[in-house]
Amino acid sequence: MVERKRFLDFLPHLVLALGVAIVAFPVYVAFVASTWDAATISNGKMPLTIGPHFLENYYRTIFIGTSSSTREPVGNMMLNSLIMAMVIALGKIAISLISAFAVVYFRFPFRMTAFWVIFVTLMLPVEVRIYPTYKIVADLKLLDTFAGLTIPLIASATATLLFRQFFMTVPDELVEASKIDGAGPMKFFFDTLVPLSITSVAAMFVIQFIYGWNQYLWPLLITTKDSMQTIVIGIKKMIVTQDALTEWQLAMATAILAMLPPVLVVVLMQRLFVKGLVETEK
Amino acid sequence: MSDVRLSEVRKVYAGGVEAVKGVSLTIADGEFCVLVGPSGCGKSTLLRMVAGLETISGGTCAIDGRVVNEIEPAERDIAMVFQNYALYPHMSVYNNMAYGLRNRGTPKDEIDARVKEAARILEVEPFLERKPKALSGGQRQRVAMGRAIVRKPKVFLFDEPLSNLDAKLRIQMRVEIKKLQRALKTTSIYVTHDQLEAMTLADQLVVMNKGRVEQAGRPLELYERPATLFVAGFIGAPPMNLITLPPEGLPGLQLANKPTGKVVLGIRPEHLFEQGSKSADLSLEFTVQAVEAVGAETYIYGALGGNGTEIILREPGKASPALGTRLKVGASAANLHFFDPETSQRLA
Repeated sequence: MVERKRFLDFLPHLVLALGVAIVAFPVYVAFVASTWDAATISNGKMPLTIGPHFLENYYRTIFIGTSSSTREPVGNMMLNSLIMAMVIALGKIAISLISAFAVVYFRFPFRMTAFWVIFVTLMLPVEVRIYPTYKIVADLKLLDTFAGLTIPLIASATATLLFRQFFMTVPDELVEASKIDGAGPMKFFFDTLVPLSITSVAAMFVIQFIYGWNQYLWPLLITTKDSMQTIVIGIKKMIVTQDALTEWQLAMATAILAMLPPVLVVVLMQRLFVKGLVETEK
Repeated sequence: MSDVRLSEVRKVYAGGVEAVKGVSLTIADGEFCVLVGPSGCGKSTLLRMVAGLETISGGTCAIDGRVVNEIEPAERDIAMVFQNYALYPHMSVYNNMAYGLRNRGTPKDEIDARVKEAARILEVEPFLERKPKALSGGQRQRVAMGRAIVRKPKVFLFDEPLSNLDAKLRIQMRVEIKKLQRALKTTSIYVTHDQLEAMTLADQLVVMNKGRVEQAGRPLELYERPATLFVAGFIGAPPMNLITLPPEGLPGLQLANKPTGKVVLGIRPEHLFEQGSKSADLSLEFTVQAVEAVGAETYIYGALGGNGTEIILREPGKASPALGTRLKVGASAANLHFFDPETSQRLA
């Protein structure tokens, strides 16, 4: 909206700037804290400027870890988190594409029932079914494995729903043209349907990667070994409330590191997002 | 040889609706057959059954002597052009045309040769690397036809391919389709609801109504001797004047040699002439209600004196009778058509 008064021109910017400040300031403080030594932080006189221990703190965080609370270098935790987030995101996309394909393009008995069953799982996130799911994973001897960490989180209706909605907008004539061109169902799926859904896949990847990366409760339950810890669990463990001293500079460095991959994914995939929104391929 | 023979083909949908009620049709090798009819007459369903996109509920469809009822679309050796083109949006024009050949395992250099040849014929060479969305409607239509001709199929199927184009382009493409089909001599089945398109393209014109074939034959045969009331009203623009004549006749209408009983009299607007001193086998009087001048000819709409039946008269050149005047027109016996109002069949 174009306003005649300069004040009204300025007001929205002020509001936006305030909002950004509220979000960004704690992140900035965390970053500053990750560049000072423990003593400076704990005596309560940490300045708001970047300190001299940046390289040292990050090196220790990534390759050595804290001296007491977690016995694992954060680099390894990041790797665990990355594997978990990637497997969850890609697994969800793969299974959802296939199930949406089945529901939209094949006439089989109880097709709509199948769809509604998938739909109902929207109401059953891991947190709701945590006890039975844990029992199953434990019985399958999948505790402390990546399979146990990811498979229960892969089954989800959200992506199936999204792809179903997208597939329904693909004109029937494309299927018919494929049939006449001699492409069977799987060839149609890989040659036509998947390339057309690429922007939806990108959107789903961003959402599901962040969902996977931020998992807390499930990894906390499933993993006991230090080598299987994810970074989100790591942060929690670093902040000790008992007699030991929290190594705040390392906890803060870990927090910053934990933030990076999701930010990176959003920044990198945003281009595909926008491209998908501007030029719809249909 | 690649003829198409349909015998007693029926389509019954799951809900019990019978879309095609027993159609028998023979399309000779190299013939251009046009199916025309109002929407919902079953023409598209019939085409889709030939393509294999709809199952055939009864009867047989044979392409080149082989019954194809149970054969997959890809194995029927047909190619189809869709109304909305149905190009693969993510593939370049080249790949759109090559896709069907690749799926059949055609050697690469042959695919290349065939695609380039088709692109040359259809004048889409400059766009081979473009995506369909960067093309205009007419260019997309050409690519869709290219996709059909590279396959060198036994039969081309066209499902209202020109409906999405503007009027000017439609006429241009109509001529090109005709030329292309003449050159390739491929048996073709073409579905349209536009009777002008049907008349100009067809070797064999098939008029369908309510799931049945009303009449099939050469376009001018249908124009000159419509077999039923429906065909009489459907073929020709403006449509034929159809006047229901009771046995006792109508005031304001004189007819020599009237058949006995109740009949429907048909006379085309272009066969009526303003009656001066000329004698005519049919003469009728009507009141002018509207005049449409389109330049080369003038359409005069009026109501028949006797029962108010609408009459359309086509006058060559510019005529402008005042509204409300009574006009006396005539026609010669050779141009009159008579139909039975009960069976709607042609009499004699």
